Amino acid sequence: MPPRTFFALAGAGFRRWSTYRQATVAAAFTNTVFGFLRMYVLYAVAAGVGGVVAGYDLAMLASYVWFGQGLIGVVMLFAWTDLADRVRTGEITADLLRPVDPVWSYLASDLGRAGHAALFRLMLPVAMGAMWFDLSTPDRWLSYPLFGLSVLLAVVISFGVRYLVNLTAFWLLDVRGAMTLWLFGSTLLSGLVVPIRFFPEWTQWLLWLGTPFPAVVQAPLDVYVEYSDLSGQLLVLADQAFWVVLALSLCRWVQHRAVLKLVIQGG
Amino acid sequence: MAERLLAYRHLFAAQIRSQTQYRASFAMDLASSAGFAVMDVLSVLVLFRMTPALGGFGAAEVFLMAALAMVGFAIADLIVGNVERLGVYVRTGLLDAVLIRPLGVLPQLIAIDFAPRRIGRVAQSLLALAVGFTVVDVDWTPSRVTMALLAPVTGVVLFSGLFVAGATLAFWWIESGEFANAFTYGGRDFTLYPVSVYSGWFRRLFAYGLGLAFVSYYPVLVLLGRPDPLGAPEFLAWLGPPVAAGVAVGAGLLWRTGLRHYRGTGS
Repeated sequence: MPPRTFFALAGAGFRRWSTYRQATVAAAFTNTVFGFLRMYVLYAVAAGVGGVVAGYDLAMLASYVWFGQGLIGVVMLFAWTDLADRVRTGEITADLLRPVDPVWSYLASDLGRAGHAALFRLMLPVAMGAMWFDLSTPDRWLSYPLFGLSVLLAVVISFGVRYLVNLTAFWLLDVRGAMTLWLFGSTLLSGLVVPIRFFPEWTQWLLWLGTPFPAVVQAPLDVYVEYSDLSGQLLVLADQAFWVVLALSLCRWVQHRAVLKLVIQGG
Repeated sequence: MAERLLAYRHLFAAQIRSQTQYRASFAMDLASSAGFAVMDVLSVLVLFRMTPALGGFGAAEVFLMAALAMVGFAIADLIVGNVERLGVYVRTGLLDAVLIRPLGVLPQLIAIDFAPRRIGRVAQSLLALAVGFTVVDVDWTPSRVTMALLAPVTGVVLFSGLFVAGATLAFWWIESGEFANAFTYGGRDFTLYPVSVYSGWFRRLFAYGLGLAFVSYYPVLVLLGRPDPLGAPEFLAWLGPPVAAGVAVGAGLLWRTGLRHYRGTGS
């Protein structure tokens, strides 16, 4: 797809979401309330063991929680069924007739949406968190661009998995069950509720290498709080890059199989 | 009256039939709805891998609190949880259709969106509660048995009140959906852990303002015969049922006010 088309679609995605002003405020408010809940619980855990838990001190935990709450809107952890609805109603045929592969056009508008969320959904929880708690800031300037890159990769991975979930509509018609599996994975297994470094070590390996979930939430947050040195951060980014390639390739392949199965009625 | 009940029965039956239509999806739905209960349990267990005590309470005690919270929330969610879709009905004008039928508005909304998949979550949470009662050492007396029976009911009534009150906002503010989540789902998360974990205005608002301390925290104090580390007198724990009833009545009044305020969306 030509870059101009891609940017035009991304711009449209940005503008579409910037019209949902009330919903944006309501969602950012809810993310903030959950931020308080998670903050107090993790503080209580750290207080029980002398202030440092699984390598996070109090300031790192605070950044972890508040940036995590802000990222929910950016990587869009929650239900997204636009594509599945179009599959169910048959409108997907219109998407397939266009000269642009739907994977790329939907990715472009999702990146536009994420850009809007990065400006408006990320800021409120982080600002509220900073008002009530001490947040850690990166010591190395390089961590800021690495965090930005990591968030971008996380958005693409999240998009890929959500797109795959939506594609199951070609076979299942009702994607709610599959979507709930994504909600389950992307909250508990991603590090959103509890950092996955609290889990037993074998589970951590399994989650990082066997599932895309930590790459969506834990990865950018660990880069931001500088959980490890530069080489550790680059390793995290490499894991994310692996999942980007895998998720997008799977999207293309599954979509190809789905289209073979598609019958357009009454065209 | 009999006619009305028959009408409601048809509405429920139609909903159950339609939702079990796509078997694979329904099975996935049921499994993942149960999975969410497992998620709450897992997050508690993972936290206790890191620390021996949370807010002055051990793993078994917090587990019992979490189980009480889960039971109250899961049953309330099964019964009235779908009123949170009120915003959609207002926006699409479906509420007008509901208003012209000779049945109550709230019962109709409950019936037309009844979600049998949520039974999976109720079953799991009841199982967790049974486990919770076996892992703690309760010195059973008549008053403690009474409390063990009252507490889940208190939770159901209180969460039901919060669901209805939250949904009512949609009469004034259509896009309020996520805003109410902060108090319904947020209230559930709040009650998973002892109130002593939280502090400041946040604790005052959720524990005493919304009455959530009566769902799991005070009942567990009574069952274990422990004084409140925050200094509340023991009789306070027994005020749970009237507080929950008060919240439910308040929510009912709010609902009636909202319904009277409703003027349609101009469709």
